[in-house]
Amino acid sequence: MIEFCNVSKVYKKEFTAVKDINLKIQDGEFLFIVGKSGAGKSTLIKLLLREINPSDGVITYSGQNITKIKKRNVAKYRRKMGFVFQDYRLLPKLTVYENVAFAMEMICCDSKTIRREVPLVLSMVGLSDKAKYYPDELSGGEQQRVAIARAVINKPEAIIADEPTGNLDAETSKEIIKILTEINKRGTTVIMATHDMNIVNSCQKRIVELKRGVIIRDIKTRGCIDESKEN
Amino acid sequence: MMGLASISSVTAVLIILGFVLIIVLNVNSLAFGAKETFDEVVVYLLDDTDEKQIEEMGKAFKKIDGVMEVSFQTKDYALEQLKKDLGDEAYILEDLKRNPLPNTYIIQLEDVSKSEYVEEKIQSFEGVEGIRYYDEAVDKLIKIADFIKKIGGWIILILLLISVFIISNTIKVTVLNRHKEIELMQYVGATNGYVRGPFMIEGIMLGFIGSLIAILIISFSYNYILNYLSDRYMMMMVGMSGYIVGIDMILKDLIIIFLTMGIGIGVLGSLISLKKFLSV
Repeated sequence: MIEFCNVSKVYKKEFTAVKDINLKIQDGEFLFIVGKSGAGKSTLIKLLLREINPSDGVITYSGQNITKIKKRNVAKYRRKMGFVFQDYRLLPKLTVYENVAFAMEMICCDSKTIRREVPLVLSMVGLSDKAKYYPDELSGGEQQRVAIARAVINKPEAIIADEPTGNLDAETSKEIIKILTEINKRGTTVIMATHDMNIVNSCQKRIVELKRGVIIRDIKTRGCIDESKEN
Repeated sequence: MMGLASISSVTAVLIILGFVLIIVLNVNSLAFGAKETFDEVVVYLLDDTDEKQIEEMGKAFKKIDGVMEVSFQTKDYALEQLKKDLGDEAYILEDLKRNPLPNTYIIQLEDVSKSEYVEEKIQSFEGVEGIRYYDEAVDKLIKIADFIKKIGGWIILILLLISVFIISNTIKVTVLNRHKEIELMQYVGATNGYVRGPFMIEGIMLGFIGSLIAILIISFSYNYILNYLSDRYMMMMVGMSGYIVGIDMILKDLIIIFLTMGIGIGVLGSLISLKKFLSV
């Protein structure tokens, strides 16, 4: 379980990015974090990645206070999670296969395991036939699928996705959500930050909505936000 | 290109360091040789000092801290020596009504640096007419060696900083080129050590290659200079050859110092450049 307790983050010049965040995310949950640009979604994700520390409050992951993790142990903590970014962040000089294998190599997996696991994950995201392609030979949706494959290859407990559909059209976005839902069904927690309300509303999952750094709504199940009322 | 700059900077620093070391070692060796030659103090005694007094003075001199040996030379012996030294010219001494030379004590010092102290002590004795010692020449040599050490030290320090800076910039370029990869490594849980590894190796290699080149340049050019000097100034070099430090005597130490410093510069440069980029 991930828990934010009275978490605030104040950047320089007294800019409060998030304020008094109280949030519990159960294992195996699928959660959308929604809000407009500057609402604090990215800050929340950075806090969870332990890229930054809160100015106030405590964040626990399976009971461990992650704000107290020493710098040299951050790497081990991050191995519990897989990350998916809006801009895919694939290495252009590596093939699809190598990009996925990269994540395993970084945590020193043996080559036998890598050879066994990478094709399985590529087949899960439907890219078995593109293993030898380079990122620039793929469409946006395909690139994001490679990124998802890379995120799940080390069997993380949670997937953190920051605007994974931000650069994709509606149809491709649906495919990405479908893959993430599949992953979630296998027991992996999925936390996805997005501002795309169509996707959120079509999924009927838990929604946490941020506005100016504060949680203004936490709709536990079958959530749906009417965008027209927002403006 | 940047790699070349890094290697050259390490090489340059180490070559200068090498020559400063060689100069200091040589000047020290000369000073040391000079010490051996100049480590005696000659004490001239007043003419009216009687034998008993002379004997007592000898005993007292021996007790002074820093005195190794004391030998007495009578004025008659000194005159004989002078006659011998003058050879054919000795006739000029024949008209002397009395021996103008004083009785002398020749005092061997343990260490030339103690000459001043010994001189001070001796000066306080009654019956001492004058003292002569070669402290100044040796002092100058030691001062020159110290000066070279100091100036060389500063030059080396500044150059060291410059080469650490150049290496850190070289690594920084590589890090910047690969910064997305580094960031990704950190996101997928690669430890800092794992991320640093390749860059540290790059820094070490730059330092290592730089120091190897410096060792080669120093040993060849120093040998060349020595050969050139001994051909050109044979007579002078014959007198000094005992004090010249040959490359074979210092090569082993030079290799150890150069490799340690070269690799050290490389490691330091990499660490500095990576510190900023391992913040994700």
